[in-house]
Amino acid sequence: MTALVDLKGVRFTWPKQPRPVLDLAEFTVLPGERVFLRGPSGSGKSTLLGLISGVLAPQAGEIHLMGEDLVAASGARRDRLRADHLGIIFQLFNLVPYLGVVANVALPLRFSARRRAAVQGAPDAEARRLLAALGLSDPELLERRVIDLSVGQQQRVAAARALIGAPDLVIADEPTSALDTLARDQFITLLSEEAAQTGAGLLFVSHDPGLASHFERTVDLMEINRAAQPASQGESAA
Amino acid sequence: MNASILGLAWRSLMNRKGSALLTILAVALSVALFLGVEKARQGAREGFATTISGTHLIAGARTGQVNLLLYSVFRLGDATAEISWPAYEWLENREDVAWTVPISLGDSHRGFRVLGTTPAYFEHYKYAGGDSLEFAVGSEFDDLFDAVIGAEVASELGYELGSEMVLTHGLGRAGLQTHENRPFRVVGVLDRTGTPVDRTIHVSLEAITAIHVGWETGTKNPMADSISEEMVRGFDLTPRTVTAVFIGLKQPGRILSVKRSIDTYRGEPMMAVLPGVALSQLWEVSSVAERALLGVSLFVVAVGLVSILTSILTSLNARRREMSILRAVGARPAHIFFLLVAEAALLGLIGALAGVLLVHVLLFAAGPVLAARYGINLIGTGPGLMDVYTVLAVTGAALMMGGIPAWLAFRRSLADGLTVKL
Repeated sequence: MTALVDLKGVRFTWPKQPRPVLDLAEFTVLPGERVFLRGPSGSGKSTLLGLISGVLAPQAGEIHLMGEDLVAASGARRDRLRADHLGIIFQLFNLVPYLGVVANVALPLRFSARRRAAVQGAPDAEARRLLAALGLSDPELLERRVIDLSVGQQQRVAAARALIGAPDLVIADEPTSALDTLARDQFITLLSEEAAQTGAGLLFVSHDPGLASHFERTVDLMEINRAAQPASQGESAA
Repeated sequence: MNASILGLAWRSLMNRKGSALLTILAVALSVALFLGVEKARQGAREGFATTISGTHLIAGARTGQVNLLLYSVFRLGDATAEISWPAYEWLENREDVAWTVPISLGDSHRGFRVLGTTPAYFEHYKYAGGDSLEFAVGSEFDDLFDAVIGAEVASELGYELGSEMVLTHGLGRAGLQTHENRPFRVVGVLDRTGTPVDRTIHVSLEAITAIHVGWETGTKNPMADSISEEMVRGFDLTPRTVTAVFIGLKQPGRILSVKRSIDTYRGEPMMAVLPGVALSQLWEVSSVAERALLGVSLFVVAVGLVSILTSILTSLNARRREMSILRAVGARPAHIFFLLVAEAALLGLIGALAGVLLVHVLLFAAGPVLAARYGINLIGTGPGLMDVYTVLAVTGAALMMGGIPAWLAFRRSLADGLTVKL
């Protein structure tokens, strides 16, 4: 079985930084697997996600996404792979402010023919179905401007967007850090269920060790990242 | 794909309606100014060029060529000197002259100029490439105190056949001495021509002499009112001078030799101009100002375009998050580039279209006033190729300017990765 994500010997240094921020011997996510990637600020989480999504290129090592060599692929090819196979949820401010709720969810279909083809029926109808599955079905709510939604609602819209068109892997970068415990657990449950439904793998990143129980496998980035020494925790991380 | 990015650009602009509208307004105003200047220039040129036709020479007292043309044909400015009646008779009786139309200017009526002339005027004055003057109602003046008025005079003052009017000595609108003892009666109204004729009151040369009986010193003699109309009619009313003479030749080929002989007339200083030549001299003079005005208005358009750049550049920082979201859902850097270029082009296009609309609304509203005050006819200048070219040029320029913020966002989206460090 081809791994969704397969990194080997990857090292990444930000421009004008003396030391690498990430140095991994190995990291994999298998199809349909739900992985919790734990790491405090500065452990290189965001950098790792940038590498997996093909937005950043490592100075050394190999990265395969869906079996395809990302390091060798052209920028356009990496963009295509990301559009076709990944759904991404950020920590905050996930939504395009000038698009409505439904249009935000359907946004990935504008950029990926593959995901558009995976949707049966109209994009808007599928967006509404996913939103309803994530607990957002109130028609009045769907008509609101996205900036008028609560943070929890925004994150669920973002989850629906990451799931639309059945991508192979959903990456969530600290999506629950602005939510209270109840909303957090609810969000993770819904996201896991929906990902399981479409067969998507889930790579969930957080600094909060308490979330590990929701996932099949937990990876501690501090342990596998050889560049993340306690002394280097002050480095830029975001 | 590009259509869908264009849709995003549109929604993004709509999301920033306030600043987008201001930018569009800036572009619209600058485009309207540019087109307005251009249309006024063209309208003035066309108006001037079509005002006189079929007249070979205009003779008058010695002055500048342009000056003679301006006061005799366009009723702009004043004659500094006139030519004597004997000199006019000399012209009239020349072998090579087919017809002459003497004109006498200097009086006015409520802001409209009064022109003393002969019935030959209605036969020989031609405009717009050979059209003759036509009467809407009535006919030429016959009696001493008859007047024929232009279409604009009739509509603005509400005059019709039989209306009476009192002429004013000199060219002021009010407060000057009037010829109230010699009222005129309207006997004819001319069709609209789009030339200064529309704003002219035509009377006979003799009438000009008659109303100035008792004014020989330049102001009204206290005794003037005691001279009755009957007495005036009994006087010899042959004018002593005329302001200018329109001349038609039997053989147009002799135009230069006739001109030379008028220029060198021994009896008194006199000159003749070819209307076309004088007109092109006028363009030479005015083209400097025109070019300056055009240059200024082009700079204003440039300022409008820079405002597009400003508005997009200032929005760019606030939109880094938006760009990274678009990148995350699969937008390529080229899409980000295209998104911003499309926004700039949309602002330019809408602004330019609004400017064209604005200038046509303004022309429609102000056209009648311009035509009335300055004889510049702009009403007929509907949307033309010039408007299309302007819209295309402004949109094209906006497109190119959009390249600057687009390039910045493009570079940034490559450097930022997925996570924006704010």
